[in-house]
Amino acid sequence: MLEVSIRQQLGRFKLDVAFQSNARVIALFGRSGSGKSSVLNAIAGITRPDEGRIGLNGEVFHDTAMRIFARPEARHIGYVFQDGLLFPHLSVERNLFYGAKATQNGIAPDRVINLLGLSSLLTRKPASLSGGEKQRVAIGRALLSTPRLLLLDEPLAALDAPRKAEILQYIELLRDEFRIPIVLVSHAMEEVARLADTLVLMDEGRVVASGSVESLMGRLDLHPFTGRHEAGAIIETVVGAHDEAADITTLKFAGGQLYAPGVASLPGERVRVRIRARDVALALTEPHDISMLNILPGTITALREDAGATMDVQIQLGAGEGDAKLIARITRHSASRLALRPGMRIFALVKAISLDRRSVGYA
Amino acid sequence: MTWTATDSDILLLSLKVAFWSVAGSLPLALAVAWVLARMQFRGKVLFDAIVHLPLVLPPVVIGFALLILFGRNGVIGGALEQWFGLVFAFKWTGAALASAIMGFPLMVRAIRLSLEAIDPRLESAARTLGANPLRVFTTITLPLAFPGLVTGALLSFARSLGEFGATITFVSNIPGETQTLPLAIYNFTQVPGADAEAAKLCIVAVLLSIAALAASEWMNRRARQRTHGHA
Repeated sequence: MLEVSIRQQLGRFKLDVAFQSNARVIALFGRSGSGKSSVLNAIAGITRPDEGRIGLNGEVFHDTAMRIFARPEARHIGYVFQDGLLFPHLSVERNLFYGAKATQNGIAPDRVINLLGLSSLLTRKPASLSGGEKQRVAIGRALLSTPRLLLLDEPLAALDAPRKAEILQYIELLRDEFRIPIVLVSHAMEEVARLADTLVLMDEGRVVASGSVESLMGRLDLHPFTGRHEAGAIIETVVGAHDEAADITTLKFAGGQLYAPGVASLPGERVRVRIRARDVALALTEPHDISMLNILPGTITALREDAGATMDVQIQLGAGEGDAKLIARITRHSASRLALRPGMRIFALVKAISLDRRSVGYA
Repeated sequence: MTWTATDSDILLLSLKVAFWSVAGSLPLALAVAWVLARMQFRGKVLFDAIVHLPLVLPPVVIGFALLILFGRNGVIGGALEQWFGLVFAFKWTGAALASAIMGFPLMVRAIRLSLEAIDPRLESAARTLGANPLRVFTTITLPLAFPGLVTGALLSFARSLGEFGATITFVSNIPGETQTLPLAIYNFTQVPGADAEAAKLCIVAVLLSIAALAASEWMNRRARQRTHGHA
């Protein structure tokens, strides 16, 4: 359980943040300048908040009331900085082992080096590494210090798309293989949706909302903070049958099922699907002669008008057996044409191909 | 025109004075540079100005101040002699002290620039990896600041080889004790018919200065390669 409750004046910027979670991955999400990295610095002990308390699994790192402040070197928190921050004068190998403990119960170096694919880089100097390689070394370096918590500050921001996908896989590996809790700072909803369990939405140094990723993403009122373009719901599913010939997989959840192409998961695995609001269409009656594979019955639970020509519609899927929600972004014109109102039965239509690899991740 | 034993003595004395002036002031210069680069405090501007004073003051003023403070009857000089048996007045050690003070701003400046060029987040990263401040300083800060240390030391060394005003004011011009290269050259220019002797030592001074600058450049390049080059 990570507990953070801090207040800090940083020049003219005021940080006032509180959240707690025992999630495997906690995402701090917000636009740049919202104070996400300041929170990481406080957790790591690099900065010292004026007031508050930071603790992990019952151990107190900082408590102004109790006059406790643990120095960063005593916290055992791995910090992966945005640009890697490798020590430029040391080889990759010496970077990796800078914080390594001699103890036996630490994380085995060979395992880290193999998993992150670092064995061929060991003698190189950081200046000769690519962005993705630097990031992998930085992750390895943090891991070898046997951290109790891993802080990732926009680990993908400096990378191009293929490297992003690669590092994203490594982070999933960290989460599932090493079982070290992770705090991830990001301003890309795609990363958050794929990795995080708990979402802490930040704006101007404050927490706007925090909770499970699914519950926050299903809310209409948070779209100004999650990003209008990125708005969309997240549904936790279990992999069902896979149609080999068509390469289409069934993803089941309480309240319905989804068909998605090219999902490389085995039946029974838990998979998280993100469905962007702009990819969802609505119909009053069930369409039959249509190419869309996903036709999900549900009930409208809320409508929210935007400033422009569009509006967002929140739909409870199924007959109320689960709590899976979907958000559809449609024009106001369509909404009035269909006379949409809360409580109405409706069919949500989602193209299967909009559920590509980027929106499907292991839960 | 031949190279005499006296010439060798002058050259060796100059090198000895320069070496000890650098060796003695390097730790303090590193500390002062670190304070100026990393700390924010009231009166920092004033502190910075005092450190730079030898650069702008007439050297004779520094020499006179040293005479007052570090002379055998001076406040500091008297105490040092009484407690440690350390005498600066009219000794080669005094020449080293004068050189150290005159070269101090150059040394601090070079080290400070190299410290300021280090991303402080590298030090934070080392802390999160379990390194205490001392280990961070010796394994991260110092190696990364090494080019600045070399530049500072060599600049100060070269400055020391040329030091004249403060030295002659403080420790006078005593052959074999305080008569460094510039002081010997000055001596020859004061004696009729010794121009050739003066010229000979001038050539030595020029060669020494060029060697110091070349060494600085070479070590800098090596350090840069070590830091940023491929393995």
